[in-house]
Amino acid sequence: MNSETLNTLDTYTKNKYKYGFVTEIDDEKPKKGLNEDTIKFISLKKNEPEWMLAWRLKAYSKWKKMKEPEWANLSFPKIDYQDIYYYSAPKGFEKKPKDLSEVDPKLIETYNKLGIPLEEQKVLAGVAVDVVFDSVSVATTYKGELEKLGIIFCSIGEAIQKYPDLIKKYLGSVIPPGDHSFSALNSAVFTDGSFVYIPEDVKCPMELSTYFRINAENTGQFERTLIIADKGSYVSYLEGCTAPKRDDNQLHAANVELIALEDAEIKYSTVQNWYPGDEDGKGGIYNFVTKRGLCAGKNSKISWTQVETGSAITWKYPSCILKGDNSIGEFYSVAITNNFQQADTGTKMTHIGKNTKSKIISKGISLGKSQNTYRGEVSFLRKADKARNYTQCDSLLVGNMCGAHTVPYIDSKNNTAVIEHEASTSKINEDQLYYCRQRGLSHEEAVSLIVNGFCKQVLQELPMEFAVEAQKLVSISLEGSVG
Amino acid sequence: MFLEIKDLSVKIENKNILKSLNLNINKGEVHAIMGPNGSGKSTLANVLAGKEDYEILDGKINFKDNDLFDLNIEERAQEGMFLAFQYPVEIPGVNITPFLHSAINSKRKRLNKEEIDNLSFAKLLKSKASDLGINIDMLKRSVNTGFSGGEKKRYEILQMSILNPDLAILDETDSGLDIDALKIVTDGVNKLKTKDNSFLIITHYQKLLDYIKPDYVHVMVNGSIVKSGGAEIAAEIEKDGFQKFQ
Repeated sequence: MNSETLNTLDTYTKNKYKYGFVTEIDDEKPKKGLNEDTIKFISLKKNEPEWMLAWRLKAYSKWKKMKEPEWANLSFPKIDYQDIYYYSAPKGFEKKPKDLSEVDPKLIETYNKLGIPLEEQKVLAGVAVDVVFDSVSVATTYKGELEKLGIIFCSIGEAIQKYPDLIKKYLGSVIPPGDHSFSALNSAVFTDGSFVYIPEDVKCPMELSTYFRINAENTGQFERTLIIADKGSYVSYLEGCTAPKRDDNQLHAANVELIALEDAEIKYSTVQNWYPGDEDGKGGIYNFVTKRGLCAGKNSKISWTQVETGSAITWKYPSCILKGDNSIGEFYSVAITNNFQQADTGTKMTHIGKNTKSKIISKGISLGKSQNTYRGEVSFLRKADKARNYTQCDSLLVGNMCGAHTVPYIDSKNNTAVIEHEASTSKINEDQLYYCRQRGLSHEEAVSLIVNGFCKQVLQELPMEFAVEAQKLVSISLEGSVG
Repeated sequence: MFLEIKDLSVKIENKNILKSLNLNINKGEVHAIMGPNGSGKSTLANVLAGKEDYEILDGKINFKDNDLFDLNIEERAQEGMFLAFQYPVEIPGVNITPFLHSAINSKRKRLNKEEIDNLSFAKLLKSKASDLGINIDMLKRSVNTGFSGGEKKRYEILQMSILNPDLAILDETDSGLDIDALKIVTDGVNKLKTKDNSFLIITHYQKLLDYIKPDYVHVMVNGSIVKSGGAEIAAEIEKDGFQKFQ
């Protein structure tokens, strides 16, 4: 590690970006840029069957004809897709390590800094972690225990090899490659990600968790996650993200597809803490993520909970397609933007089936010179009799230089639909700060407490061990921004 | 001297509120300040607590051998100053337990004392609440959120008893309280009183002083203290109002 990275580690005590260290490992990349050869290289590296390569190339040909979506309230320089590496794997990973002793110790060290030591995780009850380091899944724990129940939890690469029928049936079934340019891009070049299948009537006994991490410089990360909950099953999935500190902007365009069959429930929680850029807006991740869940069967339920504190740009709308009758979609979100961060995030709830219900709770907090937009679309199709939506969007402003925006779209083709919408924008209240400080809390402690209180409705939706981390993250994101 | 206010003049938005105000409080004393609306009583409380909206034109305040103006709001609190607010603000989503736990620990940190752990604190909070006749269910709610006026005031006294201040300032704590609530609040104050702490009670009405016996009563009119004496002054005001002091 050079002195600069050590310094970075030192400054973490004074907060700033906590995970801004770089692990020096030789990696293996194709040439920069996107073309058919890049895609063939990826497919070859991953030892994929031919149908997969064909699928990727089809997506690529769609992407070539597409333009980036432009409706978001974001401004950033044009992305040069030819200036990005599309595949990066630490050398020697073509063959997967059998156990941790075969894993590069530096990698393990990185995870230790992230606070998720694999060794410890083995003992940590209840959490099985599929770790994605750049593009290759490093180690999967708890696999054995899950296998006994028939649960499949592995990297998407492995699933393509082992479970081609499930992949062929479901991959791209919720987010078609041609949906928009980022989904086409991801479909063409996705490298790794998680695959989960929960068999009929199985309640997954532990939280499944993936820690994504972007490490190599100038590498776009394009994970692909696919979760299928078969009839009557249940799964709770956690996703955490961090990235090292770089001056350049990095591109991240993930696709996450969820499918819940009859009576099944999927709970998907994210804590996103990608590098947000520095105080002057230099560097940071461009996060263009497509997350979509399909409540395919009757009485199914999909619930998204997200805490978004990182990334220079966040473009993300975890959505639910409520196809099965009586199905339920939920979206709980906290988005915090600071300095020059821009977030345009929200959800889309599409009511197709009868008696479908959706609930949206969005809490946006803007600090510094940041811009924070909630964008949501609730639509009721013709057959969605007696469908209901409840939406609550609250924005909190800290300081005078930031902005909060709420853009709700509602489209109803069925006159039995019931829609409730509440929205509020407030500034952090001086009287509240005075009150807290009079009791002996510092200004920063007081802000953190008030903001955490503001987010509570969402944070309490997170699984226990995540909620604590999220609360800390909320406090860290606020540091140095007030006073 | 425990608290010494000398020639204090304060203005807010071009309006002079306090004018050469003098007041001394010793350890173990209870002082009451009475005065008509707009005489500057609440301003005095907020200036002592360190609220930043005021401009100090002149004067000095010494508190426990500190120049008070060298300390910010939280430092004053940590040094043992407590203000029971006239209108306690609601803080939605923030539970009283972690709130007060952080508060007491930041005070202990300043005094180089060991922090109180979760369990001991929860016990302390429960026992203080039951002393004050506060329902345990109230401790599960967010700070002041959805509380009635009386509940808010009792809550202030609960916080006061947990933080155990050296100087407690009660800003019109009696306003909006019925007799039962007033009794609970004043009982709390009387239980807390020792020879080592002091109280500054700001009130508009004489009623409160039926329950808390002050050592000194000061009459404040138009930004200055115009008369000081014993409890008999309160009776005088009760009888004749503030008219004759103006």
